Amino acid sequence: MIKYLATNDEKCVGCLTCAAVCSKLYFKEDNPAKSSIQVNDVAGGVYHLVVCDQKCVACVRECPTRAISRAKSGAIVIDRKKCVGCLACVAACPIGAMRWFPDGSVPFKCIACGACARACPKAALEIVTKEVAE
Amino acid sequence: MSLAMNELVKIAEWRYVKKPLSRGYNMRTLAIDIGGRPGASPEPVSGAVAAAGRAARGSSAAFLEKAVSAEMRQKFVGGKGFGLKLLWDGTTPTTSWDDPENEIIIATGPICGNTNYPGSGKSLVVSLSPMTGVPIDSNVGGYFGPFLKFSGFDALELTGKSERDLIVFINGDEGCVQIFESPEGLESDTHILADRLTHAFAASESEADLAAISVVSAGRGAEHSLLGLLNFSLYDRRRGGCRVKQAGRGGIGTVFRDKGLKALVCRYSTLAQDDNHAADPAAVQRLGLKLHREILHEDDKQSKMRRAGTAHLMEIMNDYDLLPVENHRFGQDPRGPQLASWVWEKLFSQGLPDGCWYGCTLACAHAVDKFELKTGPYAGQKVCVDGPEYETAAGVGSNIGVWDPEGILEINFYCDTYGIDTISVGTIASFLMECWEYGILNEARTGGVKLEWGNWRAVCELMHQIAEGRGFGMLAGRGTRYLASYMVSQYGADPRLMKDIALHGKGLEQSQYIAKESLAQQGGYYLTNKGPQHDEAWLIFMDMVNNQLPTFEKKAEALHYFPMFRTWFGLQGLCKLPWNDIEPADNAKWPEPNKVPEHVDNYRQLYTAITGEPLSWPELIRQSERVYNFQRVFNLRVGHGRRVDDYPPYRAMGPVTEKEYLSRADRYDKQLREKMNLDPASMTLAEKIAAQRSYREAQYESLVDAVYKRRGWTSDGIPTLERLIEIGMDLPEVLDLVRAHPTP
Repeated sequence: MIKYLATNDEKCVGCLTCAAVCSKLYFKEDNPAKSSIQVNDVAGGVYHLVVCDQKCVACVRECPTRAISRAKSGAIVIDRKKCVGCLACVAACPIGAMRWFPDGSVPFKCIACGACARACPKAALEIVTKEVAE
Repeated sequence: MSLAMNELVKIAEWRYVKKPLSRGYNMRTLAIDIGGRPGASPEPVSGAVAAAGRAARGSSAAFLEKAVSAEMRQKFVGGKGFGLKLLWDGTTPTTSWDDPENEIIIATGPICGNTNYPGSGKSLVVSLSPMTGVPIDSNVGGYFGPFLKFSGFDALELTGKSERDLIVFINGDEGCVQIFESPEGLESDTHILADRLTHAFAASESEADLAAISVVSAGRGAEHSLLGLLNFSLYDRRRGGCRVKQAGRGGIGTVFRDKGLKALVCRYSTLAQDDNHAADPAAVQRLGLKLHREILHEDDKQSKMRRAGTAHLMEIMNDYDLLPVENHRFGQDPRGPQLASWVWEKLFSQGLPDGCWYGCTLACAHAVDKFELKTGPYAGQKVCVDGPEYETAAGVGSNIGVWDPEGILEINFYCDTYGIDTISVGTIASFLMECWEYGILNEARTGGVKLEWGNWRAVCELMHQIAEGRGFGMLAGRGTRYLASYMVSQYGADPRLMKDIALHGKGLEQSQYIAKESLAQQGGYYLTNKGPQHDEAWLIFMDMVNNQLPTFEKKAEALHYFPMFRTWFGLQGLCKLPWNDIEPADNAKWPEPNKVPEHVDNYRQLYTAITGEPLSWPELIRQSERVYNFQRVFNLRVGHGRRVDDYPPYRAMGPVTEKEYLSRADRYDKQLREKMNLDPASMTLAEKIAAQRSYREAQYESLVDAVYKRRGWTSDGIPTLERLIEIGMDLPEVLDLVRAHPTP
């Protein structure tokens, strides 16, 4: 089973509520650089939401310590105790959804917790669960 | 059979105070005298030798924590610099490799152990070489070096000699060093020993605890030959077993076993991103991330290191007539594609992060899994074979006429587990096979081993003999230099031919590139401190493939710059492959792209990010010059290090035999006309070979003059006092030694 955050760019108005909720929940500060979901302004008023699709597992393959794996919840998660902060996963992620900020020793990513989806005023985000053979 | 800790008898213990590193340094080293020198053991200064352990078993082992002085750090930086300095201080001009006071030093460097920048897990192993008699340094991956560093020491210095086999355990978690007697019957062969000790010393059988152990071991081959190497283990989490990387060159494994060292074990369980306590950890991460991205984006378009490792060179070398074939007689063979990278790519397990330290996305440490052995004590078993890398695939492949990858893998596996250097084995075997072709050797003389070109089973037989300490293998294990003189004295071989085809310098076998048409590479191999290897200078690609060294001056300049630049990796605990086996996409637009300027700038920044000290490009070279010149003077101290020590055998310079000349007659005839102004049509074959020889030998002499001058050495190859003072290698004992050796 996989669980992921489905995004709908057309509904996004760029209010950054999702980023604020995410960064406050996990880093105790309102800072888009510390949010697992990124709201990219691609052209005036048009937004592109970037977040892990929990499917591609490029980061899982690249991790030298096997710190990244699929949790029972269905999301790809990082075991901070196993992680040595090499950031190979950040480079390997094809869409830039594996995140890192300076002085944060380990990377971070969306674990499909749904907090942002619940807060989004435009219903641009939704948690989806799917059965997938791996 | 597993090994339990309670089967190990502890004979000594020492505790030390753990302190965090500061900016890449511990500023202390650990000396362990394992005994055997009554009255010569260093006095312990901090902590205390466990008297009970010593008294009970009569061990004279002693432990000494040494502070790294500001001067030592400034002049020697770390890594091989520290190794050479400690070796100099611990030995005398007459110390032999098998004297108890000879040392094995495993040293890290300030950059070593960071988990971000690819290629940062190397340690440098230094000792007086049994093959050359001069200091050797060997650059090795695996986890031991970084674990040692984070356990509290910038270097480990091992001296003494024990009659009983010992296992030294550095417990970096608890700040404790213990010495155990190796139990009777414990296997020596690395693929078993490393596994046994990993499980025995791990805190639990969990993956994380197993991965917190690294073992250094040699093997049975190191007990009976001069070619012994050290295997540094890493626990491969995906394969669920130990793998090993080799400190291969110069016979350090032989010294290890001669000392009675069975294994070193280090445990360090708490590895984290900034254990170096870098001045600017985020900058270390940024630089690493930048290179990760470059590698993941470019590697498939460039060297394919992530798929085939250094074996990607096989077809390139064959295409350019540079792949060693039959003891370096030829550089090309129509069967070359049978050993090409695409063959290895299929054999290597793909898609695994095969780095030899964390954070190396270049990931070239590939392996062939479930390889079924066909010979020797493990015949029929399926094993994991580490490699082969280019040097092995060429050395025990094309160079001995083996075009079957399975033969190469078999030799590769046994070399590793017996603890023997594949490069030396390849060059020794090719020499013996050429002697066989000329009738100097036969079955009666080899005890039935048919050393015909391509007979990889015969080479395996030699290795099994070395492991078991019997037969012709024992002779082979003495090395090419010894064998060449043996063929003359015992079998009446032509001394000149033997000298010409025995591919060694200073007693060390040459590594696996054809140097005949590249004067720069001849210098790269033979104008070296430790013998002909590819660590100090690897100019073959630049000279022969990219034609970047067209003039004499450029060759001399390259033979100054590149050995110095490459030495720097050995000071820092770095691998040099991520320097130029991956290049920025726009590398060609910069001046001197062969130096990969953006990567040099990465290294400067990385050094500053960790140590907090600025480093200019010239100062980077200067750091190396100090150590490089120190090593040259060290050679002088032990009776070498002069011009006479820097000559190649002629096989590395030009065609020795008629067969070689005729195989490339058009090229050689053209050279006679264009470079020597001779008319080949009016010359006999013997005259043509002789003319080539005198021309090439004269060219080499001119190269030596130019390189020595550029390096600031006398015409006899000794660093001048002025040069040593200018670069800051002005220690009184160094200057005194040079003063005592005036150039005639």
